[in-house]
Amino acid sequence: MSGDAELLDLAAGAFLLAAVGVLWRRDLTAQTSLLAVQGFALAAIAVILGADQAHPELYAVAAGVGVLRGAVLPALMRRAISARATDRETRPLMNVGASLLSAAALVLLAYAVSQPLVRLLGTASARALPMGLAVALIGLLILVTRRKALSQITGFLLLDNGITAIAFLAAAGVPLLVELGVSFDLLLAVLVLRVLTTRMRALFGDTDLDDLRELHD
Amino acid sequence: MNTLLLLTPLVAPLLAALVYAAFGWRRATAHAGTAAAALILADGIALAVRVMRHGAIDLLGGWLRADPLAAFMLMGIGTIALLAAASSPAYLAAAHGPDADLGQINAAANRRYGALVACFLAAMSAGALAGNLGLAWIAIEATTIVTAFLVGHTGTRAAVEAAWKYTVICSVGIALALLGIIVLYAAARHAGLSESAALDYRALAAHAHALDPAVTRMATALMILGFGAKAGLAPLHAWLPDAHSQAPAPVSALMSGVLLPVAFIQILRVKAIADQVLGAGFTRALLLTMGLSALALAALLLIAQRDYKRMLAYSTMEHMGLVTVGAAIGTRLAMAAVFLHIAGHGLAKAVAFITSGHIQHAERTTRIDQVKALAARQPVVAGIFAAALLALLGFPPFSLFASELALARAGFAAGLGWPVAAAFTLILIALAALVTHTAAMLLGNPEGGGRPAAPDALNLTARTPLITALVAVGALGITAWPISSLIATAAQAGHP
Repeated sequence: MSGDAELLDLAAGAFLLAAVGVLWRRDLTAQTSLLAVQGFALAAIAVILGADQAHPELYAVAAGVGVLRGAVLPALMRRAISARATDRETRPLMNVGASLLSAAALVLLAYAVSQPLVRLLGTASARALPMGLAVALIGLLILVTRRKALSQITGFLLLDNGITAIAFLAAAGVPLLVELGVSFDLLLAVLVLRVLTTRMRALFGDTDLDDLRELHD
Repeated sequence: MNTLLLLTPLVAPLLAALVYAAFGWRRATAHAGTAAAALILADGIALAVRVMRHGAIDLLGGWLRADPLAAFMLMGIGTIALLAAASSPAYLAAAHGPDADLGQINAAANRRYGALVACFLAAMSAGALAGNLGLAWIAIEATTIVTAFLVGHTGTRAAVEAAWKYTVICSVGIALALLGIIVLYAAARHAGLSESAALDYRALAAHAHALDPAVTRMATALMILGFGAKAGLAPLHAWLPDAHSQAPAPVSALMSGVLLPVAFIQILRVKAIADQVLGAGFTRALLLTMGLSALALAALLLIAQRDYKRMLAYSTMEHMGLVTVGAAIGTRLAMAAVFLHIAGHGLAKAVAFITSGHIQHAERTTRIDQVKALAARQPVVAGIFAAALLALLGFPPFSLFASELALARAGFAAGLGWPVAAAFTLILIALAALVTHTAAMLLGNPEGGGRPAAPDALNLTARTPLITALVAVGALGITAWPISSLIATAAQAGHP
């Protein structure tokens, strides 16, 4: 049991570190690789919980999560990155140092906010739950401070990974049908955003969201 | 029979989508969407009758559930969809203009339009019939996915930008709702509910006393914020004016008229659970804040508005804000008024949006200051637009007058005089702005400028459904008889 708890902490730690890495690296290719790492860490969390709670259904969910979030979605992102050097986050609203400091603050916030839930559940896995919330908050931070369209997709995926991690850690995952529906919707949403990115490139030249200034009051 | 009634609203539009995908948009298929809409409406009426007689109907273990609220929403979806689908052929024909000769491109775009609108109807029906938080979430997120390309339908810079903002903001908002759902699920599982019951609206309401208050508070706030994003409530409302102004007019009508209310009823269902755990105070404060800030934002942005489609979008935000204030009041009278207001606003706003599409095609602009003397040049279009606006402003005999009056009474009776007074002050500001802008468009000297009237801007088949809908809003204001008992039962549902 304690071995399992250690493994779980390790996987959750890798999960959080990958999110911090996305915040740190400005290169979109590196960010995409980190997203893949995070997807596999999420699958690992599901496998460990499945073994711990003798819940074989979780193995299947873990396989699905690994394929979708570790392989398919990062591959979709990678294909959207063009070969040009401009595909770096050149002018984020917040520099890297400030972003990392905010991430530290967000982790503390996540621990504070999730206390009622951790205390209620009282399980070993629930104690790792704030890490999932921290990843979700880091995803929101990226969504509001990055200007590239692809960075926003990254932020959205981090948010979603964080929420899925919370589902695993708090309740050993939502019912299978819901998990399937949620994953399908996520995949379609990323596909839609991907197509829109291509169209924006064709119309605006690049996908710096600063160019999105047509609509305002 | 029950199975058929619960599945038709999902299957009929999906079949229509298949028809469009397979055969494209042609004369023979143009009204497949209309047929699906008519089926949804007939189904909603049949369900309403059945539910009122025999109580709620479950299917698939409660994943789909028809109760009075769901039947009411289905009738709304069917009605607005009927209006939107009936006006779609004229819209698409005019959108490409008489000189457009892009046969192939138009065919592909029209095929996509037909299929996506039909899928949109199916997703909204699923949202209305969802008896389970998981299915509700999946359905609401699905509406975002299928409408993203409808918002970007015209393919201009502005349209693609609106589609991007729409998808990102709504997906993030609904992700917050998912987090809330998961937190509530964890609390419910901890309280001993089974896997399927822990997401079921009715089971959660029945076992609400076992839920942990602190965790439920967190979950409720997240769910109301998240579903509120899709209902056009602050703070995640920024997508609404962009998407409504860029989407094709019939799609704007569907979004304003029923998509926002479908998201809103999820808030009502969550509130019914939360109020048992936390008392009415928590959701009341949250909904009052969100509703009043939506009203304030809408009123302020209406004052200097330059685009008439955006003007209609902010008016929708204003009405959703008022409906949210009504839900915060939460008494039986207030809830009945909320449902009547949703029905009246949905119909009138759908007419206004569809007419704005005709104005846009005739005038080739959406700028308020470039449309002048419409009443003299196109009396029918101007008359319908003016009547729809009068209905939206709450003038009698239209039903919005009755529902706003009832909301004000309910608010003062519940001791919420100050917030209600603030809400109606904001509505007066919005009214002044809307009257000024609309008068500038409709009145004036026809010699002063503007284009000559297009002769067949609104032929008989296009104008009949719009006028019928306005007459219906007026009739609802005089007597809500066909739906009054349904509304009353739905209003009671929140008070077990």
